Parts: sequence; structure tokens; C-alpha cells
Amino acid sequence: MARVVVDVMLKPEILDPQGQAVQRALPRLGFEGIADVRQGKRFELEVEGPVDDAALARINELAETFLANTVIEDFTVRVEELEEETATA
Amino acid sequence: MTARIGVVTFPGSLDDKDALRAVRIAGAEPVSLWHRDTSLHQVDAIVLPGGFSYGDYLRCGAIARFSPVMQTILEQARAGMPVLGICNGFQVLCESHLLPGALTRNDHMHFVCRDQKLRVENADTAWTVDYSAGQEITVPLKNGEGGYVADERTLDELEAEGRVVFRYLDGNPNGSRRDIAGITNAAGNVVGLMPHPEHAVESLTGPTTEGLGFFTSAITTLKKMVHA
Repeated sequence: MARVVVDVMLKPEILDPQGQAVQRALPRLGFEGIADVRQGKRFELEVEGPVDDAALARINELAETFLANTVIEDFTVRVEELEEETATA
Repeated sequence: MTARIGVVTFPGSLDDKDALRAVRIAGAEPVSLWHRDTSLHQVDAIVLPGGFSYGDYLRCGAIARFSPVMQTILEQARAGMPVLGICNGFQVLCESHLLPGALTRNDHMHFVCRDQKLRVENADTAWTVDYSAGQEITVPLKNGEGGYVADERTLDELEAEGRVVFRYLDGNPNGSRRDIAGITNAAGNVVGLMPHPEHAVESLTGPTTEGLGFFTSAITTLKKMVHA
């Protein structure tokens, strides 16, 4: 089985109060030098069958219609090499 | 003939009972609709109530948008049926692209719960004809993700076409662009807002009864549609 990862992030121009709250907490915890934090979502899809162009096109469609709201969010789709595969490769 | 107004219950809806009650107090016949229904049971108008449909998983309203009942509502809304989305219902309407823009987390991160003063900017929609333009009303507001956002071009279009229906007065409670509390589609039959008119229909339980006009407006609109 192949894994496809969809990352969803708020568009740069959309305010991210959650990311801001995380960023503001950092100095209190002793972590200095982080100028900005933006928080997003990561989806890991375990795909049955080959991840060919047709499968990726379907996943792009599902990301665009469902996983992300493209009014306020951007998304990326990438195929992830699974660890056991890379170990045997 | 008494108008039949349906209220959809999704798993996680909270304000469906109050919406049904508001419909009844306004003088229409309330009809409960279930999220798995594909039939709208001959209702003349629809209310999508507040709450946390499907646990607000993924995004508020994102999963409700794909429920069976919404597929029929989308068709009917495009054909002119009056549809009102309150709070989570507004989020469902934006996720469905029946209304432009989106609702995001309140800029101050806090859940807000208070009586909110609004100005009715457009008294020509299916849900506001019983108000007058410029009228000020106070109804409860309660949300964590109520910040209305859209790109500048969309906001300019909404303003130019008179599609901003309600604006927050006396302070913006959630960071909404241009103090927008509610909007309508181009035809004026679909209206969405974050505040809760269904909680302001009886003096015993509401801060005012100024929310009742939403539901009487729908009845007025439906009467006009029948005679048109």
C-alpha cells in the first residue's frame, strides 16, 4: 500500500489565531527566535492499488472538494515512500 | 394554507428545537428533517440550525455539506426556496458555496457568548422583509469560529450588491471582515448569519423578541411567492 500525504494550510492572507497563540507561548517555554508559527492539517491516505496519475487526480479532487476549503486554505498532495520499502530498496 | 418550515437536525445540532419553536411561535408549521432524509417532506422553506454538526470535524459544516438532505436542499435553494443558516448553518451554507466566503476561528481565540446588537442592512431578503433597512436588533451570539472572511473583491461585490444583510454594532465580536454578521445570495432567498434569532422570540427566555421577524419574514415571503 502506498501512502499519499495531503497537507492543508490556511492561505497566507488568512489570520491564524491558533498559530499566533502557539508562537506567543514559545518565549515563556524558553524557546527563543521563532518569528512566526502557522498551524495546518496533515492527512495520511493509505491507497489501495497503484498510485498512478489517475489515482493522484482523484486524490487532488477529494482534497480540493473536501479536505481543504480553497476559499481560505491551500493544499499540497505528495506520495510518501513507506519506510519498509525504502529499507528494502 | 399554513407555511411549512423545515428544520434540519444533523448529528451534533444543538439549536434545532429552538428553531422549530421559533417557527411555531411565528405562526408557521414546524417540520423536523433528519440529515439522512433525501425528501424535504413538502416544506416551503428550510432552517439550518446552530450547533456542532458532525462534531465540527475537519471544518465546521464541511461534513454536513455532503449529507443526503443537503443535496436536495442545494437543488431547492438554487430553485428559489428560502433557506436560512444560523451559526453552524451559516458555516454549512458557506461550505456548500451557496454563500461566498468562509467562517474562521475568532481572532481573539475565545468562545463568545453575549447579547449582540446588529443593524439590518438589507430588508429585502426572504428572511428580513418584516424588518426595515437600518433597524437595530439585539439577539444572542455564541460562537468560536465566527470570523467572516472573503477576499477583498468578494467583499466589495457583497457591499456593492447590498448583500451584507447584518452588521455587528458596538464592537466586532469575532474579527469578521467589515463587521459582517450575515449575508445573502444574489437572489435573496438564501441568508446566513452567525447570531441566533431563534433564541430571541419570547420575552421569558430571550433578551428581546427581535429575532421573531426572521421567521415571520419567511411566512410573508412565502405568501408573496404563492400569489406571484
